[in-house]
Amino acid sequence: MIRLPSQSKSLWQDAWRRIRRDRLALWALGVIVLYSLVALCSKFGLLASTWDAEVGGPYASPSFENFKTIFGTDIFGRSVLYKVIHGTRVAMSVGLMTSLIAIPIGVTLGAFGGYFGGKVDDVIVWFYTTLSSIPGIMLLIAIAYILGKGLFSVYIALGITSWVSLARLIRGEFMKHKSREYVIAAEAIGAGHRIRIFRHILPNVLHIVIINMSLQFQIAIKSEVILSYLGLGVQGQPSWGVMIDDAKLELARGVWWQLTAATFAMFFVILAFNILGDALRDAFDPKLRKG
Amino acid sequence: MMAFVIRRLLYAIPTLFGVCLIIFTLFNLVGGDPAYQMLGKHATETQILELRRELGLDKSKVEQFFDYLKSVATLDFGRSYTTKQQITDMIWRGMPASLSLAIPAFIVEILLGLAIALLVSFYRGTFFDRAVVVLCVMGMSVSALAYILFGQYVFAYWLGLFPISGYDTDILYRFKYIALPAIIWVVVSLGINVRVFRTFVLDEVNQDYVRTARAKGQSEKKILFHHVLKNALIPVLTYVVIQIPVLITGSFLLENFFGIPGLGSITIDAIHNSDFPVIKAMTTIETLLFMVFALATDLLYSVVDPRVRMR
Repeated sequence: MIRLPSQSKSLWQDAWRRIRRDRLALWALGVIVLYSLVALCSKFGLLASTWDAEVGGPYASPSFENFKTIFGTDIFGRSVLYKVIHGTRVAMSVGLMTSLIAIPIGVTLGAFGGYFGGKVDDVIVWFYTTLSSIPGIMLLIAIAYILGKGLFSVYIALGITSWVSLARLIRGEFMKHKSREYVIAAEAIGAGHRIRIFRHILPNVLHIVIINMSLQFQIAIKSEVILSYLGLGVQGQPSWGVMIDDAKLELARGVWWQLTAATFAMFFVILAFNILGDALRDAFDPKLRKG
Repeated sequence: MMAFVIRRLLYAIPTLFGVCLIIFTLFNLVGGDPAYQMLGKHATETQILELRRELGLDKSKVEQFFDYLKSVATLDFGRSYTTKQQITDMIWRGMPASLSLAIPAFIVEILLGLAIALLVSFYRGTFFDRAVVVLCVMGMSVSALAYILFGQYVFAYWLGLFPISGYDTDILYRFKYIALPAIIWVVVSLGINVRVFRTFVLDEVNQDYVRTARAKGQSEKKILFHHVLKNALIPVLTYVVIQIPVLITGSFLLENFFGIPGLGSITIDAIHNSDFPVIKAMTTIETLLFMVFALATDLLYSVVDPRVRMR
């Protein structure tokens, strides 16, 4: 006898159950939560607000006497630990802000293109094909250069360049969903286009946004580092990119700690986003698991 | 086939126009006055007017757009602001330097990635397979800059196995300088390549023809290296061809760190010097190359896999 489950699970409940069983994914989630908390504490001045204060001599090597010098100091005797913490804040804010720019653009254009088809779709597809024909790094450099240096330009440049893949995926899903029974049923009871797009179809494709976000954060953090290295990124405050840029001159003097600290800080969070992204994809789309 | 080629070429026209429109909008409409940016705060009024005329910024926006379209059509982007050289000449001179790093590195990167991917696919599901995937993900999580800095420090500065930086116009001597950046290039891209190629191979492993081959008693080795490899090469080919335009700029960062005077170095220098015409020209040329290769990929693809033409 077939026993039907007493209550059917939604896609989200099912995915959450899968994630909870995946120990590695939970670790990754924990790391991301930790980084977010550090970033928030730094933002509200609870942590490392005195990153520009001198805590020792220039280029003091790491020592365990004082937690501020646990990763050593930089050329001005500032705590590398505090700079890493402030860099965490910059990195997470770049990830968050670019997501906040890219997701609405990607979702709206993808949804409209896929749902309406025809001329609307042609224009949207033309627009993103055009945008993605410009090599990512050049477009990023061009936008950051034109908007001027600083964190704000980094947000905009990364936001504008990174919505295309999301729009493509959302468009594909909308094309599939728009002729499904539930959408036709919604139309039959008098739901207009807006209601059908945003209330009926969107919740069913929202998991793509979540999966995409873990990729978005990785790209944003990596790109911030490269833009800052090129001198187009963060100005007047430490970020992982600025720290790695400084390290270029430090290594020859045997100062390895600033580079190491920034590299590891970046490594763990990107690794966590990588693992979580894979786990999310598996959790939401069991069909892909067979490989 | 001919109809497909013509249709694909026609599709490229609106994209090309769109690209010109976006780059023009970015550089000539959004970007404020490049004359101020290039001359700095202490420029006099006459200097600015003169530079504006030199760059053609005193004309109306519509005229400027047609000037830009003309420069795209003729591939003549005027002179660099800092070096005063013809930008097209600079690019022609930079290209061999970029390519002499990029070509060997790219070939090794692809072949090594494919070899490892096939090996782990053969042992799919085992501990070895999982270990390699974990290593790939870890490798992908390290910043490219960290690879370059540590690589240069450890192998060139500390162990002295390679020159720290430099370039030689003689092609044989050049390899001494190219070796380390090429190795770093391969290491940086190996993680992602192995992962992507592994998925390509595994996508084929579940196909019906594999089951048929197995049913008729073909050995697993033969199935993988004969049947599967042939089919998996189709997505590999796309993946490879689409990266070729990026080879021409080479790696910005590697060229910059190892003092290789290629297109990547030219672009980075242009950014540091606020050399507006060069940045604009580099963006345009990169895009044109990208479009040409994307077109080539599609055409090549349709030859290799006739199913594509039907879409």
